[in-house]
Amino acid sequence: MSAPFYVSPEQVMADKAEYARKGISRGKPSIVIEFDGGVLLMAENPSRLSKIGEIYDRIAFAGVGKFSEFDQLRKIGVRYADMKGYTYCRDDVRANALANAYSQAIGDAFTRELKPLEVEAIVAEVGDDELAGHENNAIFRIQFDGSISDHEGFCVIGGAAEDLTTFLNDEYEAKLPLGETMTLGRRALQRGSDGAPLVEPENLEICVLERSRQGRKFRRLPADMIKKELGV
Amino acid sequence: MRFRTEYQGSSFSEFLAVDHPNQIPKFELDSRGLAQLSIPHGTTVLAFKYEDGVMVAGDRLATEGHRVASRDVKKVYPTDSHSLIAIAGAAGPCIEMARLMRIELEHYEKIEGEALELDGKANKLSQMIRANLPAAMQGLVVVPLFAGYDLRRHSGRLWKFDVTGGRYEETEFEATGSGGLYARESLKKVHKNRVGLDGALSMAVEALVDAADEDRATGGIDVVRGIFPIINYCTAGGIEKVSDAKIEEIYRAIMADRSDDAGGAA
Repeated sequence: MSAPFYVSPEQVMADKAEYARKGISRGKPSIVIEFDGGVLLMAENPSRLSKIGEIYDRIAFAGVGKFSEFDQLRKIGVRYADMKGYTYCRDDVRANALANAYSQAIGDAFTRELKPLEVEAIVAEVGDDELAGHENNAIFRIQFDGSISDHEGFCVIGGAAEDLTTFLNDEYEAKLPLGETMTLGRRALQRGSDGAPLVEPENLEICVLERSRQGRKFRRLPADMIKKELGV
Repeated sequence: MRFRTEYQGSSFSEFLAVDHPNQIPKFELDSRGLAQLSIPHGTTVLAFKYEDGVMVAGDRLATEGHRVASRDVKKVYPTDSHSLIAIAGAAGPCIEMARLMRIELEHYEKIEGEALELDGKANKLSQMIRANLPAAMQGLVVVPLFAGYDLRRHSGRLWKFDVTGGRYEETEFEATGSGGLYARESLKKVHKNRVGLDGALSMAVEALVDAADEDRATGGIDVVRGIFPIINYCTAGGIEKVSDAKIEEIYRAIMADRSDDAGGAA
């Protein structure tokens, strides 16, 4: 009889992380950038399956990796937010709590399941000038192992995220108007596509959380408006 | 609050029923009816088609037996960008149903990435009313009107419901609540589907004035306290609320017109 294999916990975790990282780095990146009128979420996405979605009045979600997995996370987020808003009030639904809940769930899956989730997600919240204490934007990044970080200005997830972050570190300026922010985002995404021709506006999925809107501040930009803002 | 959920579908009320059964509004009592309890009731709401879409209006009074429970309750609620609900009946369950309906539509739209068809929304509401039937049997009746602009058929549409969830689409106008009969009689004389916004506003105010005139439980226009009916209209461009100043102007014109008639007859 052969002895059972012993694999050290360190090795298990390293293997899982390696597996998840590989899955995520195969996909295209998504970026979230603050601009003068709110928060912009964009992804290079030629398909009709969305990578960006509305969670609540002031909160949006962007995911990368395996579609079925991050879309499931998005739906759980919508249920969580709607339930919270129904039980308490609409202003009680905050990105901070949601991002923490995501971090718990993804972290749990990473330690318990044989196969970790091959996803990374951003939870973004736009501030509301009319609510004291809620004026600031918030951007949270949750990684495949549940680790969570908060970001100011911009955040990148997915393949080539480090490269794009370096680029945005150099180029990002606070309070740019929408059109310029979109152009910056497009240039950043360009670096993720390995020198291929410029990312076509048709292949961009762009959504905004607009500070000045009443109620639900999330809006998906139609193709003609994306072209107009990019000036192409 | 739990994060992982049993329910995997796109309906908020079903999600409540599966994962949070204690949170679902239930107004049933086992033995004694709620009818003898004193609970605020909302009274007159109406909806009709006009040239650009639909107009939905309601008075502001809630009554508790013969007493005024509130002078400024809201009975007309937008449920999303192109649909509205107007409620009459037991105020508590009515307002809760309007709130749940709004969340239901938004929830579906976010989960599925696409809004329901107007027919689908009306059908969902009818199921919610049916679920309330046990409470309705004990006197907590919810009978809303549902109206909206159908972006695929390019027209305004409206539905009335009965307590069993029966859903009836109306081609012209409908009014419900204690003063509904009088509002309907008033609309019957003047309503046309091809009338512009100004004409539609006059019809709405006049019908509410007539209902308040005949039905003691319907609130009139209270210029002293500055309480005006809520009138919303829904067109291809979305929902607009009519300002109090505009309603007052129309009201005064109607009153002036009627008192001239009275003077002439004397």
